[in-house]
Amino acid sequence: MKKVVSVFVLMLVCAVTYAGGYRVSLQGNRALAMGHTGVAVVNNAELAFFNPAGLVHLENKINLSVGGFGVFADVSYQNAQFGDATSTDSGVGTPVYLYGSYKVSESFALGLAVYTPYGSSVEYPTDWAGSHLVNNIELQSIYVQPLFSWEVVKDRFSIGGGPILAIGGVEFNRNLSRNLTDLDGNRSNVTLDASGILEFGWSVGALLNLDNEDKWKLGFNYRSLIDVEVEAGDGEATFANVPNSPLAPVPNGTFDFTASLPLPAEWTVGLSYRPNEKWLFAFDYNYAEWSAYESLDIDFLNPDGSVALQSLNPRNYKDASTYRFGAQYSPSGKLDLRVGYYFDESPVQPGFFAPETPRNDSNGFTAGFTYNINEKFAIDASFLYLRFEEIDASYDFFTETNGQTAPFRGTYKSSAFAPGIGLSYKL
Amino acid sequence: MKNYIKYIAVLAIGFGFVACEPEFDTPIDEDGFYTSGEANFSNYVSVGNSLTAGFADGTLYITGQEDSYPNIMAEQFALAGGGAFTQPLMNDNVGGLLLGGNPIPGFNPRFVLATDENGNPGPAIIGQTPTTEVSNILSGPFNNVGVPGARSFDLLFPGYGNIGGLTTNPISANPYFVRFASSPDATVIGDAVAQSPSFFSLWIGNNDILGYATSGGSGVDQTGNFDPSTYGGSDITDPNVFAGAYSQMVEALTANGADGVLVNIPDVTSIPFFTTVPTQSIPLDAPTAAFLNDNFALYNTVVLPTLVNFGVITAEEAASRNVNFVEGANFPIMTDDDLTDVTAILQGPPAFLDEATATLLGQLRQANANDILPLTAAGILGTVINNDPTLINGVSVPLADQFVLTSAEQARITVAQNSYNTTIQSLASANGLAFADARSALQQVANGGVTFNGGTLTSTFVTGGGFSLDGVHPTPRGYAFTANVLLDAINARYGSNIPGVDIGNFATVTISND
Repeated sequence: MKKVVSVFVLMLVCAVTYAGGYRVSLQGNRALAMGHTGVAVVNNAELAFFNPAGLVHLENKINLSVGGFGVFADVSYQNAQFGDATSTDSGVGTPVYLYGSYKVSESFALGLAVYTPYGSSVEYPTDWAGSHLVNNIELQSIYVQPLFSWEVVKDRFSIGGGPILAIGGVEFNRNLSRNLTDLDGNRSNVTLDASGILEFGWSVGALLNLDNEDKWKLGFNYRSLIDVEVEAGDGEATFANVPNSPLAPVPNGTFDFTASLPLPAEWTVGLSYRPNEKWLFAFDYNYAEWSAYESLDIDFLNPDGSVALQSLNPRNYKDASTYRFGAQYSPSGKLDLRVGYYFDESPVQPGFFAPETPRNDSNGFTAGFTYNINEKFAIDASFLYLRFEEIDASYDFFTETNGQTAPFRGTYKSSAFAPGIGLSYKL
Repeated sequence: MKNYIKYIAVLAIGFGFVACEPEFDTPIDEDGFYTSGEANFSNYVSVGNSLTAGFADGTLYITGQEDSYPNIMAEQFALAGGGAFTQPLMNDNVGGLLLGGNPIPGFNPRFVLATDENGNPGPAIIGQTPTTEVSNILSGPFNNVGVPGARSFDLLFPGYGNIGGLTTNPISANPYFVRFASSPDATVIGDAVAQSPSFFSLWIGNNDILGYATSGGSGVDQTGNFDPSTYGGSDITDPNVFAGAYSQMVEALTANGADGVLVNIPDVTSIPFFTTVPTQSIPLDAPTAAFLNDNFALYNTVVLPTLVNFGVITAEEAASRNVNFVEGANFPIMTDDDLTDVTAILQGPPAFLDEATATLLGQLRQANANDILPLTAAGILGTVINNDPTLINGVSVPLADQFVLTSAEQARITVAQNSYNTTIQSLASANGLAFADARSALQQVANGGVTFNGGTLTSTFVTGGGFSLDGVHPTPRGYAFTANVLLDAINARYGSNIPGVDIGNFATVTISND
């Protein structure tokens, strides 16, 4: 056991992983190992996220699943025209999850899910070439969700769902322009800091047995849009190194601000096929409604509530699809082996490639296993390698103080690894 | 358990333990992407005057030095074997110089763009005290040996960095060079050559005409005088003196086989110091114009024709000296030392004018469209002298010589400048050096501007982005543009591919109410 852990510690040496935009598709070790499929897979308590309709089908009365990932995501940037080259130094992200279900009766179960579906952590060297767009950003969200799961038609059809309490937070720093400094040459910048923002949403799922032998299942899940609205007083914006002049856009100091960031709705439809006890195949299709993310607009407020400065940052994301495939092989009752693949389409459109979420299309390769320690406990482990092609991209909507736009161009290459480990318990 | 570890090992190998940092197909920060071609940038030394030093806003200060064109170039050179680049940094971002703790007259703190009580922006001297003490000698050597104020021959003058020369009369040393000269009798060129540069830039000669230009031609055109030790600060350097000094410097810098770039002298008319104040700048209403014309009627209709009749001046000169005001914008009246001085004659027969009137009319004419008013004229044009409403500069009191650069004076500058530039270009080609045509580049900035990512760089004062608040020296953005011009020339000559910089990332004028 110690050896397994130490191998995984080694694997944590470097890595990354995000799905399109700032969606972090790491909501379960078993699912991730199969390409993050799961809407039609009845396996363990991870269903609380993937499809709560399936919870009622778990064999045991109590099911728990807890785990986490080490996310190692890095981005390199270069611009051959000017000789600029840099890489992010983003540390390790640690998305976690906790799922549980309790079967109240043969046809009804209750559940609880805690997970972190959206987030981003990107840190460029301060004052790098794109520092007028971002120096660093850390976006966090935690979803807490009570659930029900009800078998509507015995052995055939069930539904599930529940309300979501989302807790959001953001830390963001960038320079005010490409060249504004104080008298000593320190770049004028702003830091946004807001945390503990509470918003509500919901999710609902359905699961259908397509045959009488429990081989084919069709699943559907929908999770609603949650707009994280930062109101005046929720956080603070701190301007620093602004020159002492009424000609500066804003003075140094702390301001209230308002902003809105959508955590987009996502619906999933998927199919699973279990030809025998040893094999399981799954396919999921995700459709994320990223078009909700039109613009990141920030109003900095004077003490009297009037707008001191406005920052308009068009994003113009498009809805994006993800295609996921997974397979599971169980050589013995002790062990399940899994592999998976997915293609993740980026919601970022040409000309809107902002370095704070530098995501282009990616291919995810996954693998993992479950080791059943005994009747109750199992260790789940997974590994994701997310592969990005390098891309020549630009963000064309940065507006200079003279009103002219100044596109920010370059070549980006991202990579992401995410090893994960978890524990499942059933009683 | 062992079996499962095997599986994990297989997985790990399968994913290849890809390196932490994503790798580009062609990473630009790896050796070989940018090359120095035939040149060697390992030890770059820049030689020149204020432009090379990073002078801006009327002085030298740290952030300006950091955005000097040689420093910007050195940062790009670093992509292809360039080494460290050191500069004799000032002590602060205020500018201005102290000697023995006292401010040195004429070496003031920097201009910043400040707002007045009504919120209107304008250049103002920053309200902070200089802390750079000239007697605090820095230990070099420094890669940037740009010395503000230096003329061509100054770079060869032993003692130019001697602190004792700051208190002689006339002053024989330069306080900026005093700060970092390797010894009191060092020459600027000697300190440059002693570093055995592998690559150098030389941009000198601007001040050989600029002092004359900014003083409105109040100095002397020394063409024909081969002894620069007799020159004043506002004189034009004799082209042969320039050529001699320049070739001596190129010879010294190339003696060890160093490669380099020579830069020519831009037109003074490319800089906002000479393009900001309109010549036709005196607004008058009809009654005032008529009143003034009455006062000058005698001069126009009697004095000037009489002088022609007596053969004192030509009819052509008389025509040029006619004063005529109209309703609307008018040219100011001025004293032109290239006109025949008739002060004494007017006091004798037949005019018998009093001395004051004779002096007023002695070299009087009205400015015309070919004259240039330097930035310094902005502060005095149309102002009332001693609260006497009859004494108005440019209207009833002629502008002094220093406030007008006449077409005759411009012509002297152009003749010298063209000769210098011929020398520079021919020495570049004779020595196989790169040649940067700063003159053409700045003409482009002045005539329509140069577009970049996010704007257009022009030479318009304050707002154009190219020039700092002294109207003569570039902003960081202007220096970045200059660096790109030099890099282009270097790449063309040596087959290197050093990238330019994005000039939009460089600041323009500094706003501050400090």
